[in-house]
Amino acid sequence: MISSDRRPILLANARIVDPSRDLDFNGDLLIADGVIREAKRGIGAAGVPEGTEIYDCRGKLVAPGLVDMRAFIGEPGAGHRETFASASQAAAAGGVTTIICQPDTSPAIDDPATVDYVMRRARDTAVVHVHPMAALTKGLEGQEMTEIGLLKAAGAVAFTDGDRSVTNAQVIRRALTYARDFDALIVHQAEDPNLVGDGVMNEGEFAARLGLIGIPTAAEAVVLERDLRLVALTGGRYHAASVTCADSLDILKRARDAGHPVTASASINHITLNENDIGSYRTFLKLTPPLRSEDDRKLVVDAVASGLVDVIMSDHNPQDVETKRLPFAEAAPGAIGIETMLVAGLRLVHREELSLATLLRAMSTRPAELLGLPGGTLRNGAPADVIVVDLEVPWVLDPNELKSKCKNTPFDEARMQGRVVRTIVGGRTVYDFV
Amino acid sequence: MTSAPKSSFVLNHRHLLGIEGLSRDEITGLLDLSEEFVTLNRQIEKKTASLRGRTQINLFFESSTRTQSSFELAGKRLGADVMNMSVSSSAMRKGETLIDTAMTLNAMHPDILVVRHHASGAVELLANKVDCSVVNAGDGAHEHPTQALLDGLTIRRNKGRIEGLLVAICGDITHSRVARSNITLLNTMGARVRVVAPSTLLPVGIERLGVEVARDMREGLADADIVMMLRLQKERMNGSYVPSMSEYFHFYGLDQRKLAYARPDALVMHPGPMNRGVEIDSIVADGAQSLIREQVEMGVAVRMAVLEALSRNLPNA
Repeated sequence: MISSDRRPILLANARIVDPSRDLDFNGDLLIADGVIREAKRGIGAAGVPEGTEIYDCRGKLVAPGLVDMRAFIGEPGAGHRETFASASQAAAAGGVTTIICQPDTSPAIDDPATVDYVMRRARDTAVVHVHPMAALTKGLEGQEMTEIGLLKAAGAVAFTDGDRSVTNAQVIRRALTYARDFDALIVHQAEDPNLVGDGVMNEGEFAARLGLIGIPTAAEAVVLERDLRLVALTGGRYHAASVTCADSLDILKRARDAGHPVTASASINHITLNENDIGSYRTFLKLTPPLRSEDDRKLVVDAVASGLVDVIMSDHNPQDVETKRLPFAEAAPGAIGIETMLVAGLRLVHREELSLATLLRAMSTRPAELLGLPGGTLRNGAPADVIVVDLEVPWVLDPNELKSKCKNTPFDEARMQGRVVRTIVGGRTVYDFV
Repeated sequence: MTSAPKSSFVLNHRHLLGIEGLSRDEITGLLDLSEEFVTLNRQIEKKTASLRGRTQINLFFESSTRTQSSFELAGKRLGADVMNMSVSSSAMRKGETLIDTAMTLNAMHPDILVVRHHASGAVELLANKVDCSVVNAGDGAHEHPTQALLDGLTIRRNKGRIEGLLVAICGDITHSRVARSNITLLNTMGARVRVVAPSTLLPVGIERLGVEVARDMREGLADADIVMMLRLQKERMNGSYVPSMSEYFHFYGLDQRKLAYARPDALVMHPGPMNRGVEIDSIVADGAQSLIREQVEMGVAVRMAVLEALSRNLPNA
């Protein structure tokens, strides 16, 4: 790491929240040589090295940079949708200091050479950290497991087929069995493609009214149930990529209570939006898995609060105009989110559905722990991946100001409260809102 | 000149279907008898007359080169009339069942049937239907007793004992009859057995078979006196059980670096045929610590001992 061009920074007079240690206090945080030196009450200007930049936070939040556990970046193969450069600018503006990119690219990230390419490319072009998940099966075809041991050694932090679900239970069993020997994490989108069929949104009254084919919550629950029984059989570490409904939470809780190595994510979209937000066929809210009912949304939020759902991720999925400006059923699913996941999550904090510490834990500490990454904490000596957030400032989201190459945000024109004002990665300021 | 074995050991079983069921004394008796045949096989005159007049049929439902030729040579050196039948290319193709084939051969009055079959338990099924002695030359993933005996003989000759040694059996345990027969023999003889493999190649419940289990080579080979490698079939390393050949070799293939985890005087074995560069590196396979060629030599002697010991128990003997 280069450190000579990084001045030490003192983030003074801040509200410091470190979810890794359940700390929430007013004080100062000193960054030098790319790491956090100290966070305590009253370091003050006197106690810092010469040449330190003193940044008066005036009571703003200082927290660990976010670790976004699920973001689709277009490289390799779809650079017109997003590049590591553009995604990382969006991430920095959203307070995300580590992006976990998904392997469902073209070609898929399913061999060590491609992992190596992605890591070099990101290192050369991105302003935040990027770590790839590798494919779980060769070519994402759901048939043959990838070189889990060699891929992990090359830098893959977990194994997933992205938004594809593996239908063959034997493949999941063997992959869990094999991955356990390497302590590798398997991340799986639990969704039965046959039950999804031609469905495009949540099954129920609203789909009936819109004349759209529904996707039952059972499409998710049956696969999750199968998977967690295989976890019980094999002992492999499993992470549900995106849970959306009450049924999944029940299944998850049972496995967790039995002591199985099971964790889960929910996307920012599924905890802040519901099927009604689709309104009159808004394709930016066509997602996979689909937005569910308000009851499901509330229960998923409660599960984040209780820790049953560990991680909130963006499920960032840039889609250009041609794939979205179509009738709802024909439009591509997916929404961007890396730049807005923190501010969207703050809505829940302001409405007192989630505590600030819980939100930050689910967006930084937990994903870092699950993936074995060093971020997600403000401990002394940790990498200086730190954000400064104004929790109160009101603003309206203008999609044209977003840094992502694509503008398919479900929050266009939405009123927001709170925004990231500074993002520091490895001691270097990569975003500064003026 | 022709010298009959001095050991008067008799195997008090009609068949040799597996190592399971053999006592420590019986195994020792077979190994002692084998030693005499090792000596005999190194002479110019290798023939005895102990099976003269006997008919031995090698009935192979699964193709084999080394085991079949080893049994053939063993029978011939003992003076038996040996006939080879490779069934994959004949009657079974025409729909004849295993039992039909057995009954047909039985009607020819053989004295010993040497049988290999791809299904576990098939040799025992056949043995129940015929009047002669049956030697299991490998049934599915169940037993391959003569392989375990020749491995035991090779170990004993090189280490002076079997008891107390630590033997690491590495590779595809799930599908290996060699592993199962060796686990039983080595346990019976008082060795410590450790199996080393990725979890996908270890049958669930293996730890109940009296073995230690390791899932990486560093841990698995630590303190090992013997490193016994198993063959991994190509169709199992394409992503079904193991991701790829290169990943398998990287983590589980025996090369000099991994062999260094074992004791400095550790010896390397492989039942053959080897996949060089998959489960074993050529430098190790052909190196000073390798017993692989000696195993083949022991194979003929052990099979002669088994045929001899069983024949002493045949009617009219």
